[in-house]
Amino acid sequence: MTIRNVRRLSQAFFLGLFLWLCLVSTLGEVWWRLRGWPVNWFLQLDPLVALATLLAGGALFAGLLWALLTMALTILLGRFFCGWACPMGALNQFIGWLGGRGRKLKERAARNQPHPAQKLKYYILVFLLAAAAGDILGRAGQAGGGVWWLIALGLLALAALAVWQAAGASRRARWGAVILAGVWLVLAWALNGGGIVSGSVLSGLLDPLPLLQRSVSLAILPALDNQGYILGAPRHYGGAWLIAALLAAALGLNLWRPRFYCRFVCPLGALLGLLSRWSWWRMAKREAACRECLACEASCEGACAPSGRLRWSECVLCLNCFQTCGDDLMTYRAEPSAAGESAAPDLLRRGLGWSLLSGAATVPFLRLGGGLARDWPPQAVRPPGALDEARFLARCVRCGQCMRVCPSGVIQPAALQAGLEGLWTPVLNFRIGNGGCLLNCVACGHLCPTSAIRPLSLDEKLGRGAHAGQGPVRIGTAFLDRGRCLPWAMDRPCIVCQENCPVSPKAIHTRLEFRPLRGGERAVSRVEGRKVALSGPALQPGALASGDYFLRVEGQRLRIAANGDREVELASAEGPAAWRAGQAAWLEVRLQLPYVDLAACIGCGACQHECPVSGLAAIRVSAENETRNRARGLLAGAGGNN
Amino acid sequence: MSGPSNRREFLIRAGKTGLALTGVGGLGLGLFSAGPPPAQPDGQTLPELPSYAAAGTQGRLAVARGGERAQGLEAALKALGGMEQFVKSGERVLIKVNAAFASPPAVCATTHPQILAALIDLCRRAGAKSILVTDNPIQDPLSCFELSGLAAAARSGGAELLLPRPEAFRRYTLPGGRLIVDWPVLAEPLLRADRVIGLAPVKDHHRSGASLSMKNWYGLLGGRRNIFHQDIHGIIVELAAMLRPTLVILDGVQSMLRNGPTGGSLSDLKDTGRIIVSTDQVAADACAADLLGKTPAQLPFIARAQATGLGNADWRALGPQEVEASGS
Repeated sequence: MTIRNVRRLSQAFFLGLFLWLCLVSTLGEVWWRLRGWPVNWFLQLDPLVALATLLAGGALFAGLLWALLTMALTILLGRFFCGWACPMGALNQFIGWLGGRGRKLKERAARNQPHPAQKLKYYILVFLLAAAAGDILGRAGQAGGGVWWLIALGLLALAALAVWQAAGASRRARWGAVILAGVWLVLAWALNGGGIVSGSVLSGLLDPLPLLQRSVSLAILPALDNQGYILGAPRHYGGAWLIAALLAAALGLNLWRPRFYCRFVCPLGALLGLLSRWSWWRMAKREAACRECLACEASCEGACAPSGRLRWSECVLCLNCFQTCGDDLMTYRAEPSAAGESAAPDLLRRGLGWSLLSGAATVPFLRLGGGLARDWPPQAVRPPGALDEARFLARCVRCGQCMRVCPSGVIQPAALQAGLEGLWTPVLNFRIGNGGCLLNCVACGHLCPTSAIRPLSLDEKLGRGAHAGQGPVRIGTAFLDRGRCLPWAMDRPCIVCQENCPVSPKAIHTRLEFRPLRGGERAVSRVEGRKVALSGPALQPGALASGDYFLRVEGQRLRIAANGDREVELASAEGPAAWRAGQAAWLEVRLQLPYVDLAACIGCGACQHECPVSGLAAIRVSAENETRNRARGLLAGAGGNN
Repeated sequence: MSGPSNRREFLIRAGKTGLALTGVGGLGLGLFSAGPPPAQPDGQTLPELPSYAAAGTQGRLAVARGGERAQGLEAALKALGGMEQFVKSGERVLIKVNAAFASPPAVCATTHPQILAALIDLCRRAGAKSILVTDNPIQDPLSCFELSGLAAAARSGGAELLLPRPEAFRRYTLPGGRLIVDWPVLAEPLLRADRVIGLAPVKDHHRSGASLSMKNWYGLLGGRRNIFHQDIHGIIVELAAMLRPTLVILDGVQSMLRNGPTGGSLSDLKDTGRIIVSTDQVAADACAADLLGKTPAQLPFIARAQATGLGNADWRALGPQEVEASGS
């Protein structure tokens, strides 16, 4: 077997494994559901997930340690991950190959020439990492930032060094670094306060593994679900079209340029490209001169110019050059190429500076709108266990794992409910799923790869056992809209919300009210056993027979069992005997009026989902009183609960 | 334009044009509709449902006291002459459980898996060819069946669990019905069964007063069924009219006295130690009202069901078999 086929097998294997792990990320009892499958493994192998959440959240969470393996191997071998393991890379390569079929060798070689826009991905990476590093910047900006000053300055020195290297140590570069440092510090000082300077993990938007995971879980698999496969029940995800469109665009552009996404956009590829500059081995040409037949260039995946000055940071180790060179000139070795190589990407100082500054400035300016302060969005109800908003955004990579695993299907990718910064982060939509947030379920937190949603135990979620003292986790509060509620506004019995409230004792309780019907003021005209004839307009026969209607005469209220157009038949014979013609009589409906107990409601949304007012429900959950952000508490005297 | 090659060309072109014109015209005329479309889309409708009652078994009721669920069920059925009276060899049995919520068996908000397992076993021993278990729960069906232990009980008993997939529903109109009119009903399991057994827990229900055997058929409805809570007693009676079962079984070994129908806490339950088995769902519900500390008169759906001719609210008049199941 040729080495190229080994590589193809590896790509097929990892793509298959990735899709398999997407498929099994659902609850159920069969072996092809969650059964200890390492469903987060690809996300954990992703050093960009690890680095961005580390910068923003200050810790490398559990399984993200796997990323060190990828980094170590990249430092040793180069961008093997892109060429051999990345499922997105495999898809890009396959579609790029489709696009190249039938083209002449020269044409294909032309499409694979290094392009200046390949720098773009490094700027995207720097932008995203700068956005994630805002927290460190913010902490340094605080009085007495202490150690954070050192870390921030260290990072700044690194950034300056990168700029320096990129442009050569010229006078202008030095000045550039000094100006950059100045702007950074002014930014830190100016935008600090009010908690708006903070790290935000925006990398998940473009990081290929979260991107593909999200696209498969929220767009591709649900399309199969809706055909009756996998879950066997329809699934809906709001805004799935945009998620699918991004994937379609990323994949489709390969027809124009092979591995378009990998070459021009992919921030993970950029990160691995930067790491590969220290790699021990690299692709190399044995001799500087060759026949220039272009066979290697025509099949080069990374657009790294294998026959000329080899751009090592762009090489994805596809080994096509190794395979196609008729003179066996290509090799993989410790010495640089005989035709020369550039190990580091050829970046522009200005581009780096701008992406660094704009990345660092983006989050503060997004938050200047107050979305994390007084103007927080109440419709953004987060899953149970989600960290407070600032720390949540410092960890969530928008991979969609929580949304896929949620058995109710209520966890949805946010459009703009959580602000632009929260695009595709999980929010609950109680209309779209098949129920509320299930009381006895903690699946989402246990699947979250970065612990943006903490893995809760049932005891912690329900506030029992060792957690009895702190009460249950609340994700919001149900508010009644009395103008839309059937009993409150329309005189019709209902209380479906109360029935479905899963808390014990129920957070929704009722108060009994007997309300006169419209046109229910009557007078007794005749009493005959259990039958009472009434004055006034004709009744609709049977309309009062449901068991919820009563006749009240002089303080005595009796249930109606049946009615004709002029008379009602009472369920009990005691009483009417004493009633006389001419007495005032009221037709009444017995209503149980729902109320929400603020101290008991956990915001699960079962009430909203089941409310028969199925458009804009008469009871709706919003995030007030959620436990994760204490400042949003409603309950006086709840102490630590608030 | 002359010569054989030109003539051939002419014929070919004329043929293509003719085909295209015929195709377009034919398609247009074939799909032509002079009138507007109907106000509602057409749907597959379900014919009237048969009675699932076994011949000559009407008006029977047994109450077993004490013991485990399986013992109580077996004792009560024995008192009625054994399961063979109701399920004959080779018949297909549908068990309609209450799997409404994704909650553990201990809180008794759903049919207890022990009694489902016992019932499956009894049907099997009576010679049932196939046993189906179904419900259209309120919450995610899979979570409900798994967490309640009902899926495991069905699996281990060799019964088939039928989840409420969209295609399992058909539109149905109850003859003389006022509420169940052109409404989606979980039809597939009903059409696949010769016998239907309702297996429900005894629960408090704030709106209707009690969730018993007649209310259990609510889980056969699809659609936005919650609008029927406006006339809860009316819908319960129509459901009982729609579904004439072989048997109803009420598990009152523990009854949910408050916070129903979801419960959620062991303190909502009381040991009431009864299993009620009846061919008369009205009588069964009237008998179970006592376990919740209510009288049948407090539950308007019972009187209305009797008035509709669906059964006898005076369950004692049926000459109930009362047996002890404990000590075995």
